[in-house]
Amino acid sequence: MKEGIRQSMAWLHTWSGLLVGWVLFMVFAAGTASYFRDEITLWMKPELHGVAHAAVPEALAATNAVTTLQEKAPKSQRWFITLPTEREPGLRVSYNAKPPPGESTGRRRNIKTLVLDPATGAELSAPRETRGGDFFYRLHFDLHYMPPIWGRWIVGFCAMFMLVAILSGIVTHKRIFKDFFTFRPKKGQRSWLDFHNVSAVLALPYHLMITYTGLLTLMFMYFPQAIQAVYPDRQEAFFSELFNSPPADARAARVSAALAPLGPMVEQASGAWNGAPVGRVTVAFPNDANATVSITQQTGHAINYDVPTLVFDGVTGKLVSAPAGHGGAAKDTRGVMYGLHVARFADPFTRWLFFACGLAGCLMVATGLLLWAVKERPKHLKAHAGRIGFGLRLVDGLNIGAVAGLPLAMAVYFWANRLIETGIAQRPDAEIRWFFTAWAIAAIAALARPGRPMWRIQLVIGGAAFALLPLLNGATGGAHLLTSIAQGLWPVAGFDIVTLLLGAFLLYSSHYLGNARAPKPARAAQKTDTDSKPELAGSNA
Amino acid sequence: MQTHPTTAPLPTRPQKPGPGWRYRTGVAVRALAAILGGYALSAAWAAALALMLPAVRVEAALTGTMMALAIYPCAAMWCFGARTALRAIVGLLIAGALPAAVLLAKGAA
Repeated sequence: MKEGIRQSMAWLHTWSGLLVGWVLFMVFAAGTASYFRDEITLWMKPELHGVAHAAVPEALAATNAVTTLQEKAPKSQRWFITLPTEREPGLRVSYNAKPPPGESTGRRRNIKTLVLDPATGAELSAPRETRGGDFFYRLHFDLHYMPPIWGRWIVGFCAMFMLVAILSGIVTHKRIFKDFFTFRPKKGQRSWLDFHNVSAVLALPYHLMITYTGLLTLMFMYFPQAIQAVYPDRQEAFFSELFNSPPADARAARVSAALAPLGPMVEQASGAWNGAPVGRVTVAFPNDANATVSITQQTGHAINYDVPTLVFDGVTGKLVSAPAGHGGAAKDTRGVMYGLHVARFADPFTRWLFFACGLAGCLMVATGLLLWAVKERPKHLKAHAGRIGFGLRLVDGLNIGAVAGLPLAMAVYFWANRLIETGIAQRPDAEIRWFFTAWAIAAIAALARPGRPMWRIQLVIGGAAFALLPLLNGATGGAHLLTSIAQGLWPVAGFDIVTLLLGAFLLYSSHYLGNARAPKPARAAQKTDTDSKPELAGSNA
Repeated sequence: MQTHPTTAPLPTRPQKPGPGWRYRTGVAVRALAAILGGYALSAAWAAALALMLPAVRVEAALTGTMMALAIYPCAAMWCFGARTALRAIVGLLIAGALPAAVLLAKGAA
């Protein structure tokens, strides 16, 4: 390609990073937000901020859930009960509902979910409908407004580019440790490069891990060949062996039989796991002679994502499956890597650490994208007689739309959550429409006028919208910072504090861009490429 | 691939006339080899490892699949690091010979 392996890897690093960088920025940002998916959802339901969360014994919560489900859906094929956790205090129950006549039977669509008070089993005062943090979680790998399968292939393709960019970036660096301690501020391109290096090297183990394990979460879709090779007949057999799960072709007996009480089963399961709490209870064919109860341990008590499950006979209440022994090495490796990616550790320190690393990832991608434009500008100015070409203009516009426009759109999503009236039909979709509308406007404006003023405008709007969220929260029925801190309502207080800091950071960035010095005289251009002007995209536009 | 020998520090590409069609074809061939050839190579290794590894089948299938995720980026880097585009393709073919032989042998058996 170029002379020497380092140069060719530098070339590969630049291009593999640039071509998918804008999608990757969104994937990183949405994924980082997803570490606090439950907290975001709670913030977006201000009706629940004031509800006191008394701890309720798990067996009692499970019994209450069954009482409600017996009233609501005694004939359902399956019940799903998610017991309360520290992060999600409500008791969540779902069941298969009969589709309304004339409607097609999509499997997912016919599941109905209720949130109950764990102490009584009564339905909680209906909070506003919202996708909450789940929206970012899905956006992270499914994208939106397209079939999820397409989104997953697109995100996987970009993630593979990311892995190539990281690996070739490592090869490019001859002085990885020296770079780590090098930062030369206010030196134009040099500073951007230093910043890119610091944010990349600082969290390098995280970046490598998160990219590889991200691909791993969907690897059976991307690389089905290994499974096809050794399971030529039935691939369900592979998943059944992987998860030690009972065969999926069980059927109802169509003979009614009373369901055994869940409380003792929950206690037995928790006892079998040395007291680790129960996460989810699935009742297949309730009130039928073939009823089974699967009890799964709560996630977050081990790194391994594959949590143990015990299966009970639903009529006798006897344990059917023996506790699964130790999995194989490859199984455990997969489980741990999957667990590392989704990071559902109970430990808040680790979650905050991952969140910080995710932010470093956003900065790494953003500075990488900017660096390309900053490096290309002098060349374009020289080649096109002082004007910049289409390619650079496009990159400038996409950079603004992605790096400044996305935070703006995220802030608008939170504002929409409080400003759209409650109780309207398809309210969650309306919130999401606000997000994409704001992002589209930002991107179109950025492509139309990709210059420094556009950077400043979008950063100011996004920064102000984020910084004012704590006020909006207090003004629209949520627990504002003073009460949330006083009451120890840390999930809500944490959200407000983080948005305040993010807003301040965006506002400062805009302020900084306004103060940056004018380009130094062209003297620099005669020297090597590496120390040219302190330019940010588009100041000449 | 080095159609424009230059002593200037890389990566400086020639400015005015553009990089030239030979260079562009070289990049396109390498990109195709990296994306499609790299995928085929990783998939072949995944399937071959699943068949070859001395472990229970669920373990072998998992190991093969996880290895494929590491082989792919290495193959892509090889495609752009090789001295010429032709070498990049030949390298992929050599690396794919063993898994291809395994798969053919199993297919025939």
